[in-house]
This record gives sequence, C-alpha cells and structure tokens, in this order.
Amino acid sequence: MIDVTGVTKRWGDFTALDDVSLSVPAGSLTALLGPSGSGKSTLLRVIAGLEGPDGGTVVIDGQDVTHVEARRRGVGFVFQHYAAFKHMTVRNNVAFGLKIRRRPKHEIRARVDELLELVHLSGWADRYPAQLSGGQRQRMALARALAVEPRVLLLDEPFGALDAQVREELRTWLRRLHDEVHVTTVFVTHDQEEAMDVAEQIAVIDQGKIQQIGAPRELYDQPANPFVMEFIGPVTRLGEQPVRPHDLDILLDPADGAREGLVRRVSYLSFEVRVELELDDGRVLWVQLTRARAAELELSERQIVWVRAGAGMPAAAPVSA
Amino acid sequence: MIARYGPRAIALGYLAVLLVLPVGFVFYRTFENGLAPVWDALTNPEAVHALYLTLIMVAIAVPANTIFGVIAALVIVRSKARGRSVLNVLVDIPFAVSPVIVGLSLVLIYGRTGWLGETLGDQGIRVIFTPVGMALATIFVSLPFVVREVVPVLREVGDDQERAAETLGASPWQTFWRVTLPAIRWGVAYGVVLTTARALGEYGAVSVVSGKLVGETETLPLHVEQRFAQFDLTSAYTSAFVLAGIALIVLLIMQMLKPKSEATG
Amino acid sequence: MIVLIPLAAVAVKSTENGLDGFWTVVTSPQALAALKLTLAVAVIVALINAVFGTLIAWVLVRDRFRGKGVVNAIIDLPFALPTIVASLTLLALYGPKSPLGVDVAYTRVAVALALLFVTLPFVVRSVQPVLHELDRDMEAAAESLGARPRTSFRRIVLPNLLPAILAGVALAFARAVGEIGSVVLISGNLPFKTEVASVFIIGQIESGSLAGAAAVSTVLLFLALIVLVLINLLAWYGRRHDR
Repeated sequence: MIDVTGVTKRWGDFTALDDVSLSVPAGSLTALLGPSGSGKSTLLRVIAGLEGPDGGTVVIDGQDVTHVEARRRGVGFVFQHYAAFKHMTVRNNVAFGLKIRRRPKHEIRARVDELLELVHLSGWADRYPAQLSGGQRQRMALARALAVEPRVLLLDEPFGALDAQVREELRTWLRRLHDEVHVTTVFVTHDQEEAMDVAEQIAVIDQGKIQQIGAPRELYDQPANPFVMEFIGPVTRLGEQPVRPHDLDILLDPADGAREGLVRRVSYLSFEVRVELELDDGRVLWVQLTRARAAELELSERQIVWVRAGAGMPAAAPVSA
Repeated sequence: MIARYGPRAIALGYLAVLLVLPVGFVFYRTFENGLAPVWDALTNPEAVHALYLTLIMVAIAVPANTIFGVIAALVIVRSKARGRSVLNVLVDIPFAVSPVIVGLSLVLIYGRTGWLGETLGDQGIRVIFTPVGMALATIFVSLPFVVREVVPVLREVGDDQERAAETLGASPWQTFWRVTLPAIRWGVAYGVVLTTARALGEYGAVSVVSGKLVGETETLPLHVEQRFAQFDLTSAYTSAFVLAGIALIVLLIMQMLKPKSEATG
Repeated sequence: MIVLIPLAAVAVKSTENGLDGFWTVVTSPQALAALKLTLAVAVIVALINAVFGTLIAWVLVRDRFRGKGVVNAIIDLPFALPTIVASLTLLALYGPKSPLGVDVAYTRVAVALALLFVTLPFVVRSVQPVLHELDRDMEAAAESLGARPRTSFRRIVLPNLLPAILAGVALAFARAVGEIGSVVLISGNLPFKTEVASVFIIGQIESGSLAGAAAVSTVLLFLALIVLVLINLLAWYGRRHDR
C-alpha cells in the first residue's frame, strides 16, 4: 500500500534519512520505532507530504506521490501535541476536512456524529479543545483525520504527550479502532513497549537508516544487529557478547563455558528475580531468574557462582555489526 | 513563485515608500546646498538654544519618569495596595490622550486663571510659557514607558529572589538595590531609551504650553516648525536632520537593548 | 498627581459655559468638520495598517532573507523619530518639489499619509509575538486535511491572530485620533478641508477660547474611550478559547 524507496532527506549538513526503503501492506498497523533524532518523524512526514525528500520515491496505493502536496495525498495525520484548532468546537474540528470539501451540511453532521460516537466523544461536540483532557483531544484529532476517509493514517508519537495510564488505555483503544476501521496505519514511537504491544510490523530506525523490519517477535528473537537487540528488550553483556538476561543461567559449581562471578545484589521484583554479578574482569552484568530457580539456588550476597548462556539463547548478532 | 515573494515584496515596498525613502530624503535635502548653509543653521543662536532647551527637558523628564516608573512598577506588581490596578490603567493614559489635550489640561490648571495658576501666580511662580510648564508637559507625555517595560519583567522574574534576600537578613533597601534592580536593569534601560526618544521628539503638548517664544521657550522640534513657517527650509531641514540623527542613534540602542530586556536574568 | 487632575480640569472647563455653550462649540461647522475628518481618517488608517501591519509581521516572522534584522529595526522608526520631523520628511518627498513628482501636500491624503507613518508599528509589534508563538502544527493539520494555504490562513491563522490585530488597531486608532506633530506641516491645516481635531483645538486655545478647546477635547477623549473599550471587549471575546 505504501512503498518508500531509497528516500534521502538532508537538513544542511545533517542527513536525517539515508536511503530508506520500507513497504507497508494495505490494512496493516506498522510502527516506526527509534530513539530521538533517528529520523522516524521525518520519514513519517515525508510519507505524509509535509516534507519533500531530496531523493527516492514514495508510492501510495500504486500512485507516485513523491512530488504531490500533502493535501492531495489522501493521508490523515495525527500530531503529538494534537494540533487542535483551538478556536473551533470539537464538532467543527472534526468537520473541518469535510467543510472545506463543500460537503452538504446534513452529510457533514451525520459523519461527525458517527465519528464522535466511534471515539466516545459524543457528549463533547460543542466544547472547545481547551476544555478537553489530553486523551480526549487526541481522540478528537483522530476523528478529525478519519473524517475525510484517508487511504492512510499516520500518527506522530500520538501518545507522547500523555500520562502513562492514559497512554496505555489509548494504546488498546487504537488497536481496537484499527480492527474496526482497517485503514492502513503507520505510527511513530520511541517507546519499544508500545510498538511491541500495538504493531503488526515494526521498522526500527537509527541515525536515518532502517535497522530492521519485521514482526515484534522476530525483532526480539532474531535481532539483526546489537542496536536492535539493545533497543528492543532487555540486554546485558557476557564479555563482549550482548545477551538476554533471561537466557543466562547461574550454576553453583564451575562448568564448561561458564564464567566466575561474585553476587553483588539479589532483587526480588514482582515476578522475576534479578541477580547482579561482578565478573572476574570487573564488569557487571545482571541475570533474570524465575522465582522458582532463585529459590532453588538460594543465592546470597558475596557468594561466588558461575554463569553461562543457557539453552534458549537466540541467534545473537555478532559483535561487529 | 509570486506567492512566495509577493508578500515580502509588498511588505518591503510599503516600508520603503512610507518610512525609508522620506527619511533618507531629508538627509539629502539638508545637504543639497552644501555644507556652509548647514553650518550656519546649526550655529544660529536660536537653534543652539533650542537644542539646549530640548536636552534640558530630556534631562529632567527622563530621571523623573525613571524613578517614578520603577516605583510604580513595584507597586503594581509587588504590593498589595488596593489601588494598584487603577494605577496600572492610569499610567497608560498618556498613550491614549492627544498631546494637545495634555497641553490644554496643563494650561487650565497652571495658567493665569487656572485652578492652581492663580495661587502660584500670586507667589510669583509662573508655569505656563516657561520651561517649567514645558518640563511638566514632557514628563506627562513620556510617563508610561519605564513602567510598561519594567512591569512584565518584574512579573516574570518573580519575588523568590527577594524573599531569599529577606531571609538572609537584607533590609528592604538592600534587597531593592542588590537584588531587584539588577534583575530589572535591562527593562529599565529599554524604558529609559523609549522615554528619551519621546521626550526629545515631543511637539504637541510643549507647543501649547510654551507659547513658542523664540529663543526662550522653543525646543528643537518647535524650532523646526518655526523655521519652516518662515520659509527658511534649510534651517528647518538642518534641525530636523539633527533630531533625525539622534533618533537613529536611539533606534540603534533600542535594537541592542530589546533582546536583553525581553530575556530575563 | 500630574496626570489625573489636569485631565479632570479639561472635563470641568468644557462645561464652563454650560451645556449649551458646550454644544454650540462642538456642533459648530468647523469643529464638526475637524472631528469628522479626524475620525474618518483614523479609522481608515487603522484599517490600512491592520492589513499591512499583519503582512509585515508575517514576513518578519515566517520569511527569511538578508537584512531582515534591519527591516525589523526600521519598524520602530516612527517611535523614535520626532513627529515634526516625520511631517517634514513626508513633505519633502511627497509634497511640492517632490523628486517623485508626487504632490499630495495640503490634501486629506497628506493627513492619511502622516497618520499611516506614525501608527505603523502598533499592529506589527502587536501581532509579531503572537504569530511567533502560534502552533505551526495547526496549519500542517489543515494542510493534511486538504486545505490550500489560503484557506489555512483564513480559517486557522487569522482567527488566532485576531485579538492581537485588534489590540494593535486600538492603539493605532487612539494615536491617530490625537496626533498633531506629524500632521501639522504636511496638511496645511486648512479648516474644513485638512484640519484635524487636534489642530482645531490649538486654534481655539490661541484665540483665547479655552472653553471651546476643552469642549472638543472632551468629545475626543470620549470617542477614544468608547473605541478602546469596544475593541478590548472584542479582543476579550476572541480570547475566550485560549488556555
């Protein structure tokens, strides 16, 4: 549905996007995941047409839109800080796209009501954005974007400005909305948990380059490089090798391939137990154990143990990426 | 293409036609007949006296309004006095009132038959048609500037620092001198520059109050008009040139101080 | 108090000859002509500078070009320049002996020109900070929803700038109504033609008719007050959506 090929974008000397290619299947829910400054928002804006690429092409639904203005691409865009039209009521905000397309009044009214119903804001139609909470404003923004039936829905860190609890609620809500409406959706986030929870496909971006594209499980179990591994999911290091803390095993006696370590701290968190070990070369790593295993071992501080990578170790990427 | 450069062209064109060309042209006209006439005009005793008087007005009005301005700003922002929002509005009055009306009101009070004028006249004190009245007029019209520049700065800085000084044992005067004043200094500076510009250029109120007695109660702006009325254009242009030159210097200082007065601390 | 008492005196003096006396002066043909001219030109000038002022503010905030800092500084020129000098400079360029061949001296256009000069900065400086702070994402949102730049400006930007524009207009109007220095040379002060209210008042003073001067002054003050209150109400009404 969306095909980005070889897109490059520069701001003066700084390269925001470097030969980026990405395919988004129709009707899917894709996340662009990366740290601040990675270029993910820039990529989204290029797809939307709010920025023009210096090189490469953007094709939406078979149509080359690389040089087409945003307002003619049929994309719906939701901004991190809502971009609500603060001088208009909620109803007029949602109706905006339809009004400037000169739809008949009754049609606008019906559609707006339908959308407000969908986003659970029916009773707030005549209020102003300033009277709404952050979560409500974002739902309004979504309704507004959906009003003109876009081919593609793009969300730029949509929950970034909200509290943790509201963020979680809206995450679930977005998933459900997508199930109902089935519009091809791409959203940008720096929160890997959010991406893993919501998206069907994740594109990890860093320093303007795509690092890996795949389903959440794929990225977690088969990271293409250390960056992806460290960005998605917990990581600790055994020597030079990055490894998942829950893939390490602690032994009370020396064994093949196991290294000696000193127990510095044992923390009992809700469902996991974390053991902080200091290795012979002075480096510190941590191991995640189940409560059962921890009970078996009965570890105490300053105890000498041996640690090695366990059986279920993923195809951890070679150190030189 | 047009859409991109159109607005810029229109904006710049408008400014050129309205502001830049006329002012630039005055410089040309002043020196049109060479330097000698200009020199004569500048060294004419009337002109010199006019400049002198103008500078005196500034020297009186600016300090007076600075002190008043800072005090008023402190009252408006920091005190809990009941009249402070009224004071805030009152301070803005000189902006809304025509200078001529200002002059008239002073005449009505301090003129020979005025409310205070009669009593003062009996004591041998004359206000109207003297520099005293002119100074009053100048103070009136340039009153608001320091206040208006200092108030937002005071608001933004907040009184935390002052409270801290208090807990450390500073007296009100010490707190003011060592904590408050340094915090607002750029706002004060900018306000002073605006006050100076206004005082220098004042025409209407001073015109009414002074009686325009040449060589006695004539400021430089009044001198420009007088020379113009006598068809002595070179002289008029020269005096205008002096005033414009000072204005450009003022403008320059304004631009340097503006960013500092808007940032705080 | 330097400010209040003299002003009160004006109000009081204006009624010295009784209400009839007040009315006679104010409705005398010359006074009416001056007042009408003053009001009309002030309104027109305020509106013209509302448009150009917004335009200039837009260019200063959104556009990028060499020398923008200088242009920004020039805006303050009418604040720094003595008004009588403004009158002279406009006369030099747009009066008799104008190098451009444009002579509007002693006409109503001259009055308007002078007032345009002195009221220029008000709207610009009022709009600039608001435009600077405006959330650009709103315009991007409008664009993504299909709005052309013109539509976006009309429906999104302008409504949000309106309170600032009105505030600037109020200040410009108040200034224009009372202006004297910049008008005095270029307009010729011809009664019934180019005499503004402030010049009329001076005429009254110089001919010894202080009560008459006071009467017209009171009217001017009153008018300025009404307009100021009105515009501030409008601006407050427009601001009620903000938080």
